Amino acid sequence: MNKNIILYAAILIFGLAAPFIFPAFKVQLSILCVLIVLATTWNIQGGEMGYNTFGNILFYGLGMYLCASVQVGMFFPLAEWTESGGEKTFVHTPTQFFQGMAAGLVVAAVVPTIVAGLIGYAILGLRGHYFAICTLGLGVAAGEISGGIEIIGAGQGFTTPPFPNVGGLEARGEFFYFLSFGALVLTFIAVRAIYSTRFRLILNAIRDNEDKAEAMGIETMKYKIIGWMVSAFFCGLAGGIMGGLVGYIDSTDVAFDGREMGVFMVLMAILGGKGTLWGPVIGATVFHIFKEGFWTFFLGWQYVALGVLIVVIVIYFPEGIMGWLREKYPERFGEVVDEADRKAQVELK
Amino acid sequence: MDFMVFQYPMITVQACLDGILLGILFALIAYGMALQWGVMNIINIAQGDLVILGGYIAYFMYLYGIHPAWGVIVSPIIMYFVGVGIYKLVINKVVDRDLFISILATFGISILFMQLMNFAFGADVVLANSGYGTTFLFDSAVVLPNSKIFSAFVSIVFAICLVIYMKKSKLGRAIRATAQNARAAKILGVDTEKVYAATFGLNAALCGVAGALISITFTIHPYMGLPYTIRSFMIVIVAGLGNLPGVAMSGMGLGVFEEFADYILGTEFRIGSVFLLLVLILVYRRFKLSRKREYLK
Repeated sequence: MNKNIILYAAILIFGLAAPFIFPAFKVQLSILCVLIVLATTWNIQGGEMGYNTFGNILFYGLGMYLCASVQVGMFFPLAEWTESGGEKTFVHTPTQFFQGMAAGLVVAAVVPTIVAGLIGYAILGLRGHYFAICTLGLGVAAGEISGGIEIIGAGQGFTTPPFPNVGGLEARGEFFYFLSFGALVLTFIAVRAIYSTRFRLILNAIRDNEDKAEAMGIETMKYKIIGWMVSAFFCGLAGGIMGGLVGYIDSTDVAFDGREMGVFMVLMAILGGKGTLWGPVIGATVFHIFKEGFWTFFLGWQYVALGVLIVVIVIYFPEGIMGWLREKYPERFGEVVDEADRKAQVELK
Repeated sequence: MDFMVFQYPMITVQACLDGILLGILFALIAYGMALQWGVMNIINIAQGDLVILGGYIAYFMYLYGIHPAWGVIVSPIIMYFVGVGIYKLVINKVVDRDLFISILATFGISILFMQLMNFAFGADVVLANSGYGTTFLFDSAVVLPNSKIFSAFVSIVFAICLVIYMKKSKLGRAIRATAQNARAAKILGVDTEKVYAATFGLNAALCGVAGALISITFTIHPYMGLPYTIRSFMIVIVAGLGNLPGVAMSGMGLGVFEEFADYILGTEFRIGSVFLLLVLILVYRRFKLSRKREYLK
C-alpha cells in the first residue's frame, strides 16, 4: 500500500510538471490524457462487463458538439457563428471564454450521461456481436446525421472559439493540458473507486455468465446501464476538451470518428490488457507513443499501418501487455501458483 | 419534397422500382455474408470493401476499353483469389475464436483495403459507363436506366447458379455439411480448412459480381464500403441465416426503404437512415424476444 502511494504521487508530480519539462509536446500530452480517459472508460464495457462497444464514440462526439455549442450559444447566436465560420464576426472576451468552457464541459458531461441512460435499456439488451454491430451503427448514424444539421455547421464543420489572449500571455497549451490532465485524474480516481467496490464484481459476473448472474438475483440491466452512464460521463467530458483542443469540429472526421478514435479506444484497451485498471493506461501510452513516433515514417500510409496494426494486435496479442505480464509474473498479481499444476498445464498444451 | 411522394404517385412507382432493383443487388451481397456467417461463424466487416474492390476491377476494364459488363465475369475470378488470400493470411487464425476478435480483425482489414484503394485508385467518385441507355415507362414518368435492369437480372442469374451449385456439387455439399457441424464433417473426411477457404473465396467472388454491377449502375468510391457491410448485415439478421427467399425479400425491402428515405429526408441523410434503421431493427427484435425472456444470439 505504501509503495502504491509513492507511485501515485510520482505520477501526479510528473503529470503536473510534464508541460514544463516537455514544452514542445503539450498538445501531444493533452491528447494522450484524452486517449487514456477514452481507453479506461471503454474498458468498463469491453473489459469488465464483456460488452464490446463501438458506440462510446457517440458520447465523445456528443460532448464535443455540446461543449462548443454551449460555449458559443451562451453569448452569440449559434447559427450565425457557424455560418460565418466562427471567429471572424464574434470574439469571446476571456471571461466569456472561460465561463462558456466551464458551462460547456458540464453540459458535455451530463447530457451524454442522460442519453446513455435513456438508450441503455434498449441497446444493452443486445448481446455479443449484435451489441457490437448495433453500437457501430449508432456511432456512424450519429456522424452521418450530425453532418446534415445546419445549425452545428453540417458538412463544413464548426470552429470552436479561439483561446483568448490574456495580457499577451500565450497559455493555450497549458490550459488545455491541465484541463485534460484534470479529466484524466478525475476519471482514474472514479474508476479506481468503482473497481474497489462490489460494482466491479457484478460487472465481472455479467461478463462471465450473465444468465447465472441474473439467476443469483443481480439486476444485471441496472448495473449495465450505470456502467454505461459512467463511461458516457467521462467520454463526454473528454470530447468537450478535445473539441476545444483541436479547435475545429467535423462530423465524421473529428467528432464521430468511428474509423479513428472509435477504433483507437478499443485497440488501446486491448493492447494494454482488457479488464485491468492499469492496462488501458499503459496501452494508451504505448499506442500514442508508437503512433506519434512512427506515423511520420508512414506519411500518408497511416491508415494502412493502422489496419495492419489492428490485425496484428487482435490476432497475436489479444491478452495485451498486462495479460502477458500476468502470465510471466503471476506472483506479482497476487496469484498463488502451484508449480506442479503449472507443469501439468504446460504438458497438456 | 415531403409531399411529392403523395402528390405524384409516379414518384412512388419510381422509388419502388428503383428500390427493388437496388435491393436485389443488396441481397446478392447479403447472401455472401450469410454464407460465411453460417459456415465459419464470422462477421466480415470488410464485406463492403470487397464489393468496392470488385467494382474497381470492372472500372479498370472500362478504362482500358473493354465493356464493363465483362467485369461480371472477370471480377469474381480475381476476387475469389483475393478472398482465399485474405483467408490464408488472417481469417484462418480467427475462425475458432471469439466473434468480437473476428469483427475487429476484419475491421482492420476494412481500414487497410479502404486506404490501399484510396492510394491505388484515387479518392474520386467514379462509374463505368455501360452505354445501355434508358427505358421510359408510363409516358416517360418513370425512368429506368437499362443498366439497373441488367444488374438485377445478372444478380438473379448468379444467385440461382450459386443455389444450384450449393445443392448439387461436391464442394457445395461439403460446405453445407461443415455449416451444420464442422467437427462431424471433419470426422467424415471433409477438409474443413479447404472448405472455409473456398467459402470465403466464394463470398469474395459474390462481392466481386455485386461490385462490378454497382460500378455500372451507381458510383464507387474507396470509402463507400462500410454501408454495404451494414446493409448486408441488416438483411441477414432480418431474414435469418440460410433463408434465401427471406434474404431476397428483405433486400428488396431495404432498397425501397432507402429510396423513400432519399426522397423524403434528403440525400444527405440516406446513409444515416440506413444505420439508424439497423439500430431500430435490432432494438425491436430485442424487445420482442425479451418478452419471452430470450435475447438475440
